[in-house]
Amino acid sequence: MITKRIIPCLDVKNGRVVKGVNFEGVRDVSSPVELAKFYSDNGADELVFYDITASVEGRALFTDILREVASTIFIPLTVGGGINTLNDFDRVLKCGADKVSVNSGAIRNPGLVYEAAQRYGDQCVVLSADIKRVDGEFRVFAKGGREDTGMEAIEWIKRCVGNGAGEVVVNSIDTDGVKQGFDIEMLRAVCDAVNVPVIASGGAGCVQDFIDLFHKVPDIDAGLAASVFHFGEILIPDLKRTLSSEGINTRLI
Amino acid sequence: MSTTAIIDYGVGNLFSLCSSLKSIGADAVVTPDEAVIRAADRIILPGVGAFADAAAKLRATGLDKVLIEEAQNGKPIMGICLGMQMLFDESHEYGIHTGLGLIPGRVIPMAGYIPEGLKIPHIGWNPLILKGEKHPLLRYVNEGDCVYFVHSYFASECEDAVIATAEYGREVTAAVACRNVMGCQFHPEKSGPVGLHILKAFCEM
Repeated sequence: MITKRIIPCLDVKNGRVVKGVNFEGVRDVSSPVELAKFYSDNGADELVFYDITASVEGRALFTDILREVASTIFIPLTVGGGINTLNDFDRVLKCGADKVSVNSGAIRNPGLVYEAAQRYGDQCVVLSADIKRVDGEFRVFAKGGREDTGMEAIEWIKRCVGNGAGEVVVNSIDTDGVKQGFDIEMLRAVCDAVNVPVIASGGAGCVQDFIDLFHKVPDIDAGLAASVFHFGEILIPDLKRTLSSEGINTRLI
Repeated sequence: MSTTAIIDYGVGNLFSLCSSLKSIGADAVVTPDEAVIRAADRIILPGVGAFADAAAKLRATGLDKVLIEEAQNGKPIMGICLGMQMLFDESHEYGIHTGLGLIPGRVIPMAGYIPEGLKIPHIGWNPLILKGEKHPLLRYVNEGDCVYFVHSYFASECEDAVIATAEYGREVTAAVACRNVMGCQFHPEKSGPVGLHILKAFCEM
């Protein structure tokens, strides 16, 4: 049976991983290529790269790095950050990305998901949604979680999946950074609403949080995290062994 | 030095496939050129997207005939994902479309075959179940090794050719072989060391 995926997320700015810290055996912890290789060797099932650069030079550097990662790491790569047009899809796909994650770009241009899915296939288009509770409902936020769009999140996700998004990443702003566990209630609501893979993001603080995630939301496909992996607070081989002993299918290497 | 030709017929992104072959020391070339394909020691037919569109593009280049002839000459040929599906007689993806007919069988939707409630496409890492005597393509693979799948259709009525399956509610065709013609439904170029070993085994043929 299909395994639950564990996905580290790397934020890249001006060609370097932001927040990368101590790792034994990794010479340069802020090198995206070295970190990607480390994660791949240690059982990451997929990698997400977010380009948080604003400048044109930074963007060019990002695609150079992506090309280098894709030449050395042979697991699925998802790329997000600054994806606003089909040209942006093209730019990162040519450099070896397998999937492209859209967030604010899809909010600004509601046709983007449909057009990209038509051209590159549903499997290529990942909707990333930053969601926060406002007035008792789930609300979609734009611009890195700073701006309330006023849109109800579950309807937004259903609409994007209807337009061809092949996967959904749910970032709970309410649990992000708190390290008290994933947002079980929000993730259940999304899993009940769509029949494409859903990836949980925001809130992982320890191994038990992943166990809870997969037990309490059986339809969830993957858990994504950044700092707990980067800071070595959770080691992926240990995490996967523990999940496996808890009866949760993972890919052991 | 032996060479592997990756057929470029305008479908999908061949960057990772080419890189993965280079990483195992294979001399791989991405090419739409018939002469290069005929001169190569083995051929890979990649593919993503919709069957009808890809099959039409392949026919438009005339490379379908080259593939069929080279298969008859005994050259090792491997299809990947949609490339594997195109090796079969026909596909039932949005209508009925003729394939290359190099492996008996047809490609049908997973919807209606797997139990309701399971997500389609079948996306993610799934362990291989090896079938029959271990095929040389899988010589470095162990039962239970995980590979990466992304697909909504699968090859059926091809029992004699199935060399590996994966379980997704029911057993789904994962790898096939019919003499010198082989195929993987999953993406070996995205399946970590296990996938690289499958590519290595192919390049040793």
